[in-house]
Amino acid sequence: MVKDQEFLEKKASYCLGLAKKLGVTESSVVVNNSVSETVNFRNKKLDESNRSDDLGIRITTYIGKKKSSISSSNLLDDNLNILIEKCVETTKNTPEDEFNSLPDKDLLAKEVKDLSLYDDTHIENDQKIDYLKKLESAASNDKKIINTESSFTQNKSNFILANTEGFCAGYKTSSFTASSVTVAKDEKSMERDYEYSSKCFFKDLDDAEELGKQAANQTIKKLNPKKIGSEKIAIIFDKRIAKGILNTFASAILSSAISRGTSFLKDKINQKIFSNKINVFDKPDILKGLGSRNFDSEGVKTDTLKLVEQGVLKHYLIDTYNGKKLNLKSNGRCGGTSNLFFENGTISLKDLLNLKSKSLYITETIGHGSNIVTGDYSVGATGFLVENGEFQYPINEITIAGNFKDMFQNITLANDLDFKYATNSPTMMIEGMVVAGK
Amino acid sequence: MSNFFEKSDLTRREAENIVSDTLQKCDDGELYLENSKSESILLDDNKIKNSSYNSDLGFGFRAISDEVVAYSHSNEISKNSLKQSSESLKSTLKSVKGTYNHEIPKSNKKYYNNINPIEQKSLNEKIKILYEVNNYLRSKDDNIKQVTANFLGEQKSVEIIRSGGETLTDVRPLIRFNVSVMLEKNGRKETGVYGVGGRQSYDTYLKNDNWKSVCDEALRIASVNLESKPAPAGEMKVVLGPGWPAILIHEAVGHGLEGDFNRKKTSAFHNLMGQKVASEGVTIVDDGTIDNRRGSLTIDDEGTPTEKTVLIENGILKNFMQDRLNARLMKTKSTGSGRRENYRHIVLPRMRNTMMLSGNQTQDEMIKAVDKGIFAVSFGGGQVDITSGKFVFNCTEAYEIVNGKIGSPIKGATLIGDGPSILKEVSMVGNDMMMDPGIGTCGKAGQGVPVGVAQPSILINKMTVGGTKL
Repeated sequence: MVKDQEFLEKKASYCLGLAKKLGVTESSVVVNNSVSETVNFRNKKLDESNRSDDLGIRITTYIGKKKSSISSSNLLDDNLNILIEKCVETTKNTPEDEFNSLPDKDLLAKEVKDLSLYDDTHIENDQKIDYLKKLESAASNDKKIINTESSFTQNKSNFILANTEGFCAGYKTSSFTASSVTVAKDEKSMERDYEYSSKCFFKDLDDAEELGKQAANQTIKKLNPKKIGSEKIAIIFDKRIAKGILNTFASAILSSAISRGTSFLKDKINQKIFSNKINVFDKPDILKGLGSRNFDSEGVKTDTLKLVEQGVLKHYLIDTYNGKKLNLKSNGRCGGTSNLFFENGTISLKDLLNLKSKSLYITETIGHGSNIVTGDYSVGATGFLVENGEFQYPINEITIAGNFKDMFQNITLANDLDFKYATNSPTMMIEGMVVAGK
Repeated sequence: MSNFFEKSDLTRREAENIVSDTLQKCDDGELYLENSKSESILLDDNKIKNSSYNSDLGFGFRAISDEVVAYSHSNEISKNSLKQSSESLKSTLKSVKGTYNHEIPKSNKKYYNNINPIEQKSLNEKIKILYEVNNYLRSKDDNIKQVTANFLGEQKSVEIIRSGGETLTDVRPLIRFNVSVMLEKNGRKETGVYGVGGRQSYDTYLKNDNWKSVCDEALRIASVNLESKPAPAGEMKVVLGPGWPAILIHEAVGHGLEGDFNRKKTSAFHNLMGQKVASEGVTIVDDGTIDNRRGSLTIDDEGTPTEKTVLIENGILKNFMQDRLNARLMKTKSTGSGRRENYRHIVLPRMRNTMMLSGNQTQDEMIKAVDKGIFAVSFGGGQVDITSGKFVFNCTEAYEIVNGKIGSPIKGATLIGDGPSILKEVSMVGNDMMMDPGIGTCGKAGQGVPVGVAQPSILINKMTVGGTKL
């Protein structure tokens, strides 16, 4: 069982009390506990079971404008005493930074709303096994599927965040995650693909058979791929890849990147950085949302932000430290975004596929080719050639490249947004990118 | 060495008994205990941004029956917690009928010293060097707009208790020192990153103002990139420089030769053992036994002494990298490649220091042999799709080659290739093998482990360069 609020609060207040005794001026502490149970199947048989019970504590102490932090997985008082002493000692020896401080008291969250983030249901391993049996049986129906690996994880977490301004809050969250990775083979090629579902509540999880079928179909479709020539072509990003482009945008508007001057979106507030119709929201209070939260990792309240309005950048993602540096107030985004999404476009997926006589539909990218400083983007890709709205054949061993500054200005979105992840995008077309192939 | 039972209500004898009882009739398994201490000190934007210390303690208990692995981990080293883990393992493996394999090779060799790098240098000394780095760089070039430098230090103590009470231990030091600079000129920004590290004290790497050469290298890369023009798009010849570019080897063939993917037949290499997978003259080893290297290990995370494993010899595929589980199922022996990020994770077969050995040609000969292509000197990182064999890596310093001469620097681009065929496209192997500077971390199944790579300069006949210039 995941530790209760009382246990976590006791540890937190012990730490704040001890730090105060040792002469710190301010401090904050977060204590968390997470209990996960995973069952893995491979080729319709039990492959692995994994139970994890993780405790963690992180304490940050301030002496005036000096700051340091320690973290540990050992919550015994003996160990905490040694660590907090060490932390205070290190704080004394760390140079001052004028922007170091806890959040302004009036910005701290006043209430903790019930956002339906915790499902008390406990799924026994036998139930996980039943789910995986159904999933794998559906996934391996086709003879071309030669390997299936699937997993089911139940996670229950709890945390407390407390600081010397009197803030002390936390809450339980849960997640139920199922995934399936399948390998398909024919005479000429072998390919892999996957499907995945993660929900706060068990009853919302995708149907096992549907998930298995989906994984297998996606994999079989990739068999016998071709390589195409190098050319400039419109790229359509599947939703699971499009969300990554939105995440890159989010890392480029983090106040840390802005204050350090290492983002290609520095000084772009109130400027048009996306195509006209693009709106981007970060909404923390979606019920059962995978990115939902009551406050950020400093305890600052989080309101919905319309980050981009009709293509114009309206907000950075601001924490306390970088906010003070930029002379801006924290908007509760320490630790990044919550439920981040592009508002739906106006055309259907079918119309998007038909927009150009020829385009490339990307289902997977590999490599770490996003450069936040310059905006340059270059990654390996696999997908399908689309002609006149129809999928023609699978493509691989190509790269796609461009610069986000141009890419953002050339986005067209379909109207098929759903909330499968914490960050979500409808299917997205970007014109003007370069494919490198043969 | 940590005494894991000192402050616990659990005695070593009791732990041994629970381990032996739980693993009865299992084929393999162990209790893995770990205590790690780590620090991070970061200078950024002219200030010490972060000084933090982490102490992590826990155990992972594993039982294996045939192909099935049951695992349980916890932070609490107590009688209660270990018994709960034991119950969890037993409930997964309901009807076991194996025979525990007590055999585990022994070696007295050690590849690093039992030191705690964190304690060997005071916080004030570390902060002083970081400020010196900042001042040194900012005084060197007016275009420098940002300097980031950091120390990462760690000491990890592990103890492995096997059924019957056999115990194996290791204490692993590890440090890293990194410098990153950003230049801005005429509205254009570029970065350069460099670092050094390994399993010795900070001073081994930084003495005699050695930190200045790390700064110089980061600045040099950023300066080159400031002058870079768009990279070409399409298939062409590629010359790779020696050292760190060997992450090509790591991605293109290394992962595909890990035992688990081959037992499951999901690797593009699974049916190629004994066959020619590379040009003649190409020999690749994975070596855990080089003194003080980042990827070296005295014993792996199952207690097996590491070794130098020949993967490809003169173009022929010779061995996969194995942990105990995959070795048993494939009827071979562990190569000492069983690794885990920490006690929270199960063991997987992983790389250590992956190296392509020297041939006898010079880099100069390679450049001269290229009419149109690129010369890639430094890389960010890479990734591979094991099943299709397609892999990528990202250049952070590269030049065009025109008519046998090195030309202008080109912007960072992704290179993509096909693992099982790329090494057959290697037409020249240089005489200049070099290790990387000790900065690599390899990710697999959500677990990061420190690794090394090495290679000489090589010429590849055909690779796709992911630039924007058609």
